[in-house]
Amino acid sequence: MTSAPRTDMDIDVPAPGTRGQRERVEGTVRLVIRRQDAPDAEPYWQPFEVPRYPNMNVVECLMEIRKNPVDAEGRRTTPVAWAANCLEEVCGICTMRVNGKVRQSCAALIQDLEEPIRLEPMEKFPVKRDLVINRDRLFAAYRRVKAWIPIDGTHDQGPGPRLPESEREEGYWLSRCISCGSCVDACPQVVPEREDVFVGAAPISWARLMNIHPTGEMNAPERYSALMGPGGISDCGKAMNCVAVCPKSIPLMESIASMNRQITRHLLVDWLKE
Amino acid sequence: MSGPRYIVVGGGLAGLMTTIRIAEAGHRVDLISLVRVSRSHSVCAQGGINGAVNTKGEGDSPAVHLDDTVYGGDFLANQPPVKEMTDAAPAIIYLYDRMGVMFNRTPEGLLDFRRFGGTKVHRTAYAGATTGQQLMYALDQQVRRYEDEGRVTKYEGWEFLRAVRDSAGVARGIVALDLASMEIRAFRGDAIMIATGGPGVVFGKSTNSILNTGAAVSNLYQQGARYANGEFVQIHPTAIPGRDKRRLISESVRGEGGRVWVPRDGKPWYFLEEWYPAYGNLVPRDIAAQAIYKVVYDMGLGIDGQEAVYLDVTHKDPEELDVKLGGVLEIYEKFMGEDPRRVPMKVFPAVHYSMGGMWVDYDLMTSIPGVFSGGEANYEYHGANRLGANALVSCTFDGMKGGPRMVAYASGLKELAADAPGSLFDQAVSDETARLRSVFGMTAGGESPYALHEELGDWMTRYCTVIRDEEKLRQTDEKIGELMDRWRAVALPDTGEWMNQSVVFTRQLRDMLELARVMVRGAIERRESRGVHLRPDYPERDDANWLKTTIAEWTPDGPRLTYEPVDVSLVTPRPRQYKKDIR
Repeated sequence: MTSAPRTDMDIDVPAPGTRGQRERVEGTVRLVIRRQDAPDAEPYWQPFEVPRYPNMNVVECLMEIRKNPVDAEGRRTTPVAWAANCLEEVCGICTMRVNGKVRQSCAALIQDLEEPIRLEPMEKFPVKRDLVINRDRLFAAYRRVKAWIPIDGTHDQGPGPRLPESEREEGYWLSRCISCGSCVDACPQVVPEREDVFVGAAPISWARLMNIHPTGEMNAPERYSALMGPGGISDCGKAMNCVAVCPKSIPLMESIASMNRQITRHLLVDWLKE
Repeated sequence: MSGPRYIVVGGGLAGLMTTIRIAEAGHRVDLISLVRVSRSHSVCAQGGINGAVNTKGEGDSPAVHLDDTVYGGDFLANQPPVKEMTDAAPAIIYLYDRMGVMFNRTPEGLLDFRRFGGTKVHRTAYAGATTGQQLMYALDQQVRRYEDEGRVTKYEGWEFLRAVRDSAGVARGIVALDLASMEIRAFRGDAIMIATGGPGVVFGKSTNSILNTGAAVSNLYQQGARYANGEFVQIHPTAIPGRDKRRLISESVRGEGGRVWVPRDGKPWYFLEEWYPAYGNLVPRDIAAQAIYKVVYDMGLGIDGQEAVYLDVTHKDPEELDVKLGGVLEIYEKFMGEDPRRVPMKVFPAVHYSMGGMWVDYDLMTSIPGVFSGGEANYEYHGANRLGANALVSCTFDGMKGGPRMVAYASGLKELAADAPGSLFDQAVSDETARLRSVFGMTAGGESPYALHEELGDWMTRYCTVIRDEEKLRQTDEKIGELMDRWRAVALPDTGEWMNQSVVFTRQLRDMLELARVMVRGAIERRESRGVHLRPDYPERDDANWLKTTIAEWTPDGPRLTYEPVDVSLVTPRPRQYKKDIR
């Protein structure tokens, strides 16, 4: 039996710049990127070619470009601006259009993509620079539907309400939303630069999630009124694009249908009371 | 508006909980964050949050949680704050539950708990395998509620540059940079929370998000704040190697029965189970990482000669795996293209968490009056090694405690930042503007900031992680000096005035080099082995000489190191070993 480590750990770690650091390059990856220097600047397309490594994703290509910012013809250019953080498809920031489809660029593996890979910013949100966009409209919608549980305070009040595991699972499935806005971007009912149109699927699904929680349910009527009227739930055109692009496979149409049913029931009960 | 002003820097769990606590006390908060707060690195925590609720009737209690935490941390943490945290932990879990976190449930509809490394009881509450994200969204929603009521103003897409200190050294506000317009402005504030997370990006590729450069903390260190236990950086034993980052495979995989092995003589060899029969695959992270290094580098048993071992859940029921570990397994499947329910995962240790951070007193105030620090940015709870699922509870607790302590401090001030002379802030803005302009002017040299960063990360990862060889640490220290020189020769790839990401990164790189030096010098000086700090030339823990907190203070020639005793008044230090049960 080999002895357990700690008193026997005088081992040679390979030197920097050796082993594991230099993976084999397997040719190049070709990309065309839609660039825009500033919010009011004219967009233009620029081709790039970067070294190809095994298991590479779109963010790695952008990292290669910033390390050596030359276009496909070898001319110096500015690095492409992009946003990323976790690189594990959970922070929700690196969303863009990859070959026309809105998705998280960190999880877009090169081996699955047709080349040249076309990278564009999301369509329904204003561009700040290159691939970086502003999602204010999405987060404003969270405020509109009051997507929070109104607790009395953070002081100790003992355990929360009991919840059957089945409801917990239903809620958890919805709470995996990473606020990337893909569903809003892909929705034909959402129009860029107009706030008075459909809010999009994510905020509606958030309202449903809040209503599942026993405490959140107490404020369900406020969420119903937020979702009625112009830009509300009835503006959904049932194109189902949201479901197709959601990186977390959240049942968004089910959420919209569920909120629709809840609102109808709520209106009916109100009417009967009168 | 009269009354004290509050600033929170950092939009992760610690920052958001601080914000909520100050807002609910009726005050207004300016919240500064590099990204929209729900994008912060806290979302990456997967496995769970610890609290001794004792749902499974195993005799768990906050006292046992305290003991596990300080023992797991190899007795380097001051114990009174740890006790406060473990006492508060059950109520913190209940609070999240009340906020609507979809924690997994028992058949009775109560919170379910799982096992994690370095403990023998089910103490970890979890929401699938995305617990951090779930907690983040719960706090994000509460902050949005206060934002809606006008008590919180968010500055998202802003980077902290420095604290503004008056002639007595007291903090009166901060200077920050708008990452889009590149505007630099001052914010007045009487109490400032620095909750900017850890410095994992100093190591190049780590399990951290790519914004975790530690730059905010480094700037405060360069302004005179003390930095504690910099040499204690945790290596997570199981991450997926990648060129862009190391993707974490949560410890909950081992908590749910995952086994670590390598092929030996044509058969699986479960080396952790053989070496540590009492804890098996659930030994703490430092022990597991060290064992994997031995198996791969010393015994040459890495899979196909590679830097990898197997983490295996293929013996488990796939449906149960999806309920308990879905999010983790999805990551592996998505980025590696193989189904871990059927094929064992290939993993290797990676830099994960800094136990060291800003020195704070028991009120979470740093050595700069008025500047507080919470979450991974401080050094408070985890000693020489952090137990899994203790991070989420510690950063939340810092917010729970930090908010009220900031209010108490600011309420006692005789002079408020609002009345401080404007020239104090104008000067700070003009200094920082000059500093940024000097970075904008870096066009003549031949170095790429991104290539320099890769080199730094490579050296730090090889020589300042699992094994600390003194000679190699000295070489690394020299290398850092060389990189500091070469940094001056950076040629910016972009000199534009709008959303210039390379200027921002180049500035952060300089700050990372300062922190790297703190880590390396601390590791050279600490002549013992304790927790994650393993010195083959000093293989034993040495309480007689080294039961001490390392304190680094910035000087132009590198950190000046001093030491202060550790408060071990609650649990008497005892040898730490996981081979057999010695409790």
